[in-house]
Amino acid sequence: MNIDKKIADDLVANDVSFVTTVPCKQLAGVIEEIDQRDDIFHIPSNKEDEGMGLCAGAFMGGKRPAIIMQNTAIGVTINTLATLTQFYRMPLPMIISYRGELREPVACQVEMAVHTKALLAQLNIPTYHFHWQKDVEEFDNILKYTFMCNKPVAILTDANFWGGYGDQ
Amino acid sequence: MIRSEILKEIAPIIRDHLVVCNIGLPSQELHMIDDQPTNFYMLGTMGLSSSIGFGLALAQDKPVISIDGDGSVLTNLGTLPTIANNATGNYTLLIIDNGSYGSTGDQPTYAGRKTSLAAVATACGCDNVVEVQDRDLGPVLQSAIDSDEMTIIVCKCDSGNIKLPVITMDPVVIRHRFMEAVKA
Repeated sequence: MNIDKKIADDLVANDVSFVTTVPCKQLAGVIEEIDQRDDIFHIPSNKEDEGMGLCAGAFMGGKRPAIIMQNTAIGVTINTLATLTQFYRMPLPMIISYRGELREPVACQVEMAVHTKALLAQLNIPTYHFHWQKDVEEFDNILKYTFMCNKPVAILTDANFWGGYGDQ
Repeated sequence: MIRSEILKEIAPIIRDHLVVCNIGLPSQELHMIDDQPTNFYMLGTMGLSSSIGFGLALAQDKPVISIDGDGSVLTNLGTLPTIANNATGNYTLLIIDNGSYGSTGDQPTYAGRKTSLAAVATACGCDNVVEVQDRDLGPVLQSAIDSDEMTIIVCKCDSGNIKLPVITMDPVVIRHRFMEAVKA
């Protein structure tokens, strides 16, 4: 299964047409796939809170948005998630590369990994963790759930899901 | 002129357009001067007025004006390259530059010292950047809205605030009312 293509296909099938990204090595393939899709407007952000602002505006303009970013961004965006996305009740699927998990070669990444789920739980953000490639089968349902409940929803995708990082 | 005087003067110009207004006193002032369903008031999240307004402008065709401040733009400087490189003609960014963090007690910003936000915006790739003095803003803003080119306006003015109440409208009501106005 090509998980990059599956993620992009599910976004298009769920009418997600506005995607902002801040890159991560693990996310390079899915970002490239999204950039090539005619049905998706892709706008790279310089910082993840800026990206969430763009997504909030796009949502109010009638588009379904999504953000693709690294888990370190949870440390950057807590205020935006609480006072914009959640306070105004806006949907936001967050496809997050979960650095610092199994098969991670960079020790510093673990320092934010150990806080990631705790921070998301503290924010009451529904959180899903893709560890095996077959976990991507849930993605379509997660998107439907996100736009049903108008909440930010986190999809953590670790190195094992992406087929390894640094140990291949 | 101080910011609230500027907002009073431009209220008739922006009344019929989609406006995303900066956190704190700017939103409270606009709410008091001329509350409209076409106004989106930021109750939190300093720095993102330009990003929210720009996302809105990209998502639909109506003109959008983001009212921002020098302190808030300095908080989110990464917004300017994003706006420059994805320019859309229905977007106007109005930076009311009073050289201070007005909502927190008029502490000076670097924009009031050596940093020129107009020069920063130009260096970031924004093609139409206009620096204007407060009393001259009206016609510049009107022509930016009427134009098919995206415009960044840096309006230099005095720092100073008026006393006024906070906005008590529920955020979901603000958002819903605004989205209905976007669709209308």
